Amino acid sequence: MLKLSRYVLYDILRNKIVIAYTIFLFIVSFSMFRMEENGSKALLSLLSIVLIVLPLVSLVFTTIHYFNSYEFIELMLSQPLSRTRILLSEYAGLCISLLSAFWMGVGIPVLVFSPDPTGLALLFTGTSLTVVFTSIAFLAAVRSKDKARGIGIALLLWFYFALIYDGLVLLTLFAFSDYPMEKFTLLLSALNPIDLGRIFIMLKMDISALMGYTGALYKDFFGSGQGVLFTAGIMGLWAILPLWLALRSFKRKDM
Amino acid sequence: MIRIEQVNKKFRRLQVLENISARFEQGQVIALIGPNGSGKTTLIKSILGMVRPDSGKIFVKDQQVNGDPAYRKDIGYMPQIGRYPDNMKVGQLFRMMTKIRDAAPPGLDEDLYRQFGIPSITEKPMRTLSGGTRQKVSAALAFLFNPPILILDEPTAGLDPLSSEILKEKIIAEKKKNKLILITSHVLSDLEELTTHIMYLQEGKMQFLKDLQTLQEETGELKLSKAIARVMRGYDTNNEWIDQLFAVEKNNETPAK
Repeated sequence: MLKLSRYVLYDILRNKIVIAYTIFLFIVSFSMFRMEENGSKALLSLLSIVLIVLPLVSLVFTTIHYFNSYEFIELMLSQPLSRTRILLSEYAGLCISLLSAFWMGVGIPVLVFSPDPTGLALLFTGTSLTVVFTSIAFLAAVRSKDKARGIGIALLLWFYFALIYDGLVLLTLFAFSDYPMEKFTLLLSALNPIDLGRIFIMLKMDISALMGYTGALYKDFFGSGQGVLFTAGIMGLWAILPLWLALRSFKRKDM
Repeated sequence: MIRIEQVNKKFRRLQVLENISARFEQGQVIALIGPNGSGKTTLIKSILGMVRPDSGKIFVKDQQVNGDPAYRKDIGYMPQIGRYPDNMKVGQLFRMMTKIRDAAPPGLDEDLYRQFGIPSITEKPMRTLSGGTRQKVSAALAFLFNPPILILDEPTAGLDPLSSEILKEKIIAEKKKNKLILITSHVLSDLEELTTHIMYLQEGKMQFLKDLQTLQEETGELKLSKAIARVMRGYDTNNEWIDQLFAVEKNNETPAK
């Protein structure tokens, strides 16, 4: 499998968009740390960017890349290689290149300016989100017929996870505000990797004290080792499940 | 070497392949012809396992095509349009393919690789290559591993006359090595010197699979294009594409054994 990923990776790393993405992340992170005196404040600003931009880039870039390499995938299919191996190689190549962009663009500044648990939590979240949304994008790309539809679906998914979902959660919480919702919101957060990532980092910061009883419950849960395992586990599920579904339809697909 | 048994394939409502049965043996050069959309490429893709037939079986060297990719090491495939990763260099592509196939230089057939002048462009990224040059790369890759079965989809489309001639000579040389070669083409004159058998597809149905000699005898024409035109004229006219040149109908031709 590595034979193939290596070349996929090499191809993507030379891609201008990935290079631009790395530089963009680097400039943003660097200027955040320079502008804010307080490292924790800078991390908070950086967090909002990571939560919005990372999923978007992972989704759209992966979908475009998949459709651009469609003929190449066809060519690989005419070689003695199994479909599973081809798709996983593509996935590995994309993940590694997007991750290295993230680690170079955000990882280095964070490790230089704010190498504390909060900073590490941010890096953990960024890494998970990249892996998760690449996997979701594969599902969207494999299932859709052409590039336009694939990118459309990727964008819709991004809107859903980044914007609409929060609105829905607020609406639910508001509608059922008479009931004890703490445990339920915990469950809701697991249904959206972006929310999960946000809560995970917020609770590492001091501001969680402002969040009242729910915040305390969260802090109790996410602050513990159990919470870290929970987050990692749910993120893992979010990465594996869409990829597995994508693999399943890719195996049955007519190219 | 390749056995196709009652293969059916539908894309939504469109029947692309209808009850195709055929048998291709070593040493044959089969010309797959038919109008656009007659199912030629789908048939080729079914053999390569890229398209899954709805029913029917395909065997390559007695191994059924059903998911295990190992049989494809015996096949060299040249696609209609070869597209490669933009930033990959030509040399890298060849190295990658050699690694995938676990092949080493002494076992490689580098005739086309050299004749098409690929060593001089190894440092060029694939995206800078012209369509014709990409075709040359595809052709060189298909022949590189000396496979017993060659599948060429429109091999001469986009090649300049000189390269086209080189490719044709290479096909003839491989034919002499007793390989099985499957070619689709719209340029009948290109197929003239190459083929031993003609398989004609229309609207997903196989109209006939005959060897060239029988075809010539039956029609009294020596030129392939004329012979085919003559055969077609024998049937009812029911297709617009081929109206003036050829005309076909569903015949009761039994598939060749």
